[in-house]
Amino acid sequence: MITNNPFAELSATIPEFAMQAYVVAMFLLVIGGTVLDMIHKKSAQYFFENAKKAEKDAKRTVSGGEKVSMAISTLTSEVLTSSEFQNTRRRISHLFTMYGFIIFVASTAWLIFGYASVDAATPSWLAAAWHLGAASLCFGGYWFWFSIRVDVSAEGVKWYDLRLADLFILSCLMMATFALLWSATMGGGTLNMLFFAAFIIASTTLFSTVMWSKFAHMFFKPAAAYQKRVTKADESREGLPADYDLTDPAVQAKYPDIPEYMGTNPPNMGAGIRRERANHY
Amino acid sequence: MPTFVYMTRCDGCGQCVDICPSDIMHIDKTLRRAYNIEPNMCWECYSCVKACPHHAIDVRGYADFAPLGHSVRVHRDEEKGTIAWRIKFRNGKKDFDLLAPITTKPWGTAIPKLANESAPDDSMRNSHLLYNEPKYIQLDKDGKDSLHTLKSNKLSMKAGVYY
Repeated sequence: MITNNPFAELSATIPEFAMQAYVVAMFLLVIGGTVLDMIHKKSAQYFFENAKKAEKDAKRTVSGGEKVSMAISTLTSEVLTSSEFQNTRRRISHLFTMYGFIIFVASTAWLIFGYASVDAATPSWLAAAWHLGAASLCFGGYWFWFSIRVDVSAEGVKWYDLRLADLFILSCLMMATFALLWSATMGGGTLNMLFFAAFIIASTTLFSTVMWSKFAHMFFKPAAAYQKRVTKADESREGLPADYDLTDPAVQAKYPDIPEYMGTNPPNMGAGIRRERANHY
Repeated sequence: MPTFVYMTRCDGCGQCVDICPSDIMHIDKTLRRAYNIEPNMCWECYSCVKACPHHAIDVRGYADFAPLGHSVRVHRDEEKGTIAWRIKFRNGKKDFDLLAPITTKPWGTAIPKLANESAPDDSMRNSHLLYNEPKYIQLDKDGKDSLHTLKSNKLSMKAGVYY
């Protein structure tokens, strides 16, 4: 079943051109929503002002080569593996959701622009990627929704207590869920059309409400992560104390409590409060 | 000096909500980021500032004794077992850097086994010393007389309020 291309079967009812126009419209809505979001929240303005402030406090100049290396490590660390999450469960759930979303959206566009006709020979791996992407999005998303979401895990809010902040995750989840149900009930008459309508409503909601959701985070988060690395490299460190090497004799001479109580080569003390999950209420 | 959160740095992990002794760090219902719900009930204990893994919480000093523009930042490094502070004054002339140990043994390896200790006898119950004092406060090295009390320091309490 998962190797079937649902858009090929849909092309019997909806013309290929209409499907492609819908994808383009959603793409334009995301671009427009992101720009409006940046203007409304002034996130770009804040980012550049903060970068300028950090540059003023810099103790050394970061070379072009270092900047390239930092951009690469930001890509491999924060972007590709979501290393900014301290909570391991949240990081794993985010990776499932993120990669599921990317695979699902990319394969949808590919299927619609390449294989959305009844006689199209869709590669089975592409149709499988579409289904597995949606399944991965559902797995990470529902895990987040029912147990990791901070309102639920830290504030005792019930999972069914909906707020405007839930618009992004819920529309994302509904889109993937109804896409799978629509594909599973292909040829099922009214029920199938009902799932298809729900899929379209959910995806339209997701892509048209960027200004009110956190969809735009995927654009500014990498920039913020890169900027954080720059502040460490130029030693401005956002006003934070230096990262001391406890075995350095100069540090030990300046802070004699360190060798006196911890020795000249202190061991790694391991995790302290983070040995347990933050749910002691 | 109540705490406040930089929303752009917070990822809503809940560490500050967990650790706040006043239960005033909460998660914003719309933005899913932490915030101080009642700044004038804040003890300024810095627990949340130290616990935040993203250094997203800062402290705003009251203007009567800490002029605007100052900065007090802290980094609690659990793996190194240290706490580092950096205090910057508004005039830029003072910039303190402090570093101190917060543990001498790996975390979780030196938890006292209180259940294995014998029950206190009457003399211990009636004593002004707390459990394992003076041994744990290391004031018994030279015998009982080394305890610093008002009497041993030839001091006495005076009646009334004085400074």
